[in-house]
Amino acid sequence: MSIGHALLGLLESGPRHGYDLKRAFDERFGHDRPLAYGQVYSTMARLLKNGLVEVDGIEAGGGPERKRYAITDAGVTDVESWLAQPEKPEPYLQTTLYTKVVLALLTGRPAADLLDTQRAEHLRLMRELTRRKTAGDLADQLICDHALFHLEADLRWLELTSARLGQLAAEVAR
Amino acid sequence: MTAPAEPLLTATGLRKSYGPTPALDGADFSIRPGEVVAVMGPSGSGKSTLLHCLAGIVRADAGDVRYDGRSMAGMSDGERSALRRADFGFVFQFGQLVPELTCLENVAMPMRLSGTKRRAAEKQAALWLDRLEVADVAGKRPGEVSGGQGQRVAVARALVSGPRVVFADEPTGALDSLNGERVMRLLTEAAHDTRAAVVLVTHEARVAAYSDREIVVRDGKSRDMERAA
Repeated sequence: MSIGHALLGLLESGPRHGYDLKRAFDERFGHDRPLAYGQVYSTMARLLKNGLVEVDGIEAGGGPERKRYAITDAGVTDVESWLAQPEKPEPYLQTTLYTKVVLALLTGRPAADLLDTQRAEHLRLMRELTRRKTAGDLADQLICDHALFHLEADLRWLELTSARLGQLAAEVAR
Repeated sequence: MTAPAEPLLTATGLRKSYGPTPALDGADFSIRPGEVVAVMGPSGSGKSTLLHCLAGIVRADAGDVRYDGRSMAGMSDGERSALRRADFGFVFQFGQLVPELTCLENVAMPMRLSGTKRRAAEKQAALWLDRLEVADVAGKRPGEVSGGQGQRVAVARALVSGPRVVFADEPTGALDSLNGERVMRLLTEAAHDTRAAVVLVTHEARVAAYSDREIVVRDGKSRDMERAA
């Protein structure tokens, strides 16, 4: 994710200190991975240099954390074009899982067990996310659903590969 | 810490063939009270046959199913029917509600069949409709409610008699994601609260994610994924 754009977007509702920005980010998007302070300040320094934010005021006491940042017109335009730009769908053509399956077949190891073990691990994580989702608010539900749909896609691939293992083994052996 | 409860329902070495094709080829299963176990596997792998054998709807050709310490192989058809009425609840892919009855009457039906008086049965049915968040459709017939509502009525009907095991065969198969999730959340919450065991047959991983553990059936053989991991 583009942290810079997310922070810029958060600044659109009004100027904030670096600490407030970090808190707002963690609350809305941080979930498992809260932002490090260092990352906030280095990002703000970059945005400042590029003219996308400006310093709106500095509180007595000095230090970078006392700066209050405001978004500039160029910053608003930047957020707008980021939001309008579709994300590139990632085709995941070279997955580790595929490599593992082929290597297992090449080396005469039980590829079906490998797929089953992976399947169980995927479902374990899906259970955890489902529990978190049912106990959480709408934001939790949406974030967990996104992860769940991706895991489900992997799982369908694992099942399909299990069903085609004999065929794949024959091809690999050629 | 208490030891895990003894299994309520177990199956060992189940075999069942329809004609020359084996649907089950040595499947095992076990479930404890209050546990939700997903039975997964590709179409035609034998998952529904496993459910039918576990619920005593069909007899296995070989192997044994034990419920609460009793072998189901030794029971007469009448005894198995009585067991299904008293101790088991069922949810199918398409609710299979009686179209001529209202939703309230549908939910009350299992209790009425067991001899409960109409007023008491309908009172209990109304509580379950409320719990499944479909109290507002009590007076409607199944044809007048949405698929999601109908399926929640079917779950209420499966739970109304206080079953010890609920068999759910693709309970969300005909629903969109949002309605499917709602059915699963309500079903599993109710089952956990009442300590009912749920045998959940599904091919959807997101549905199976509501279970406590899963077994996979492939070519009529079962694999306990807890042991695979």
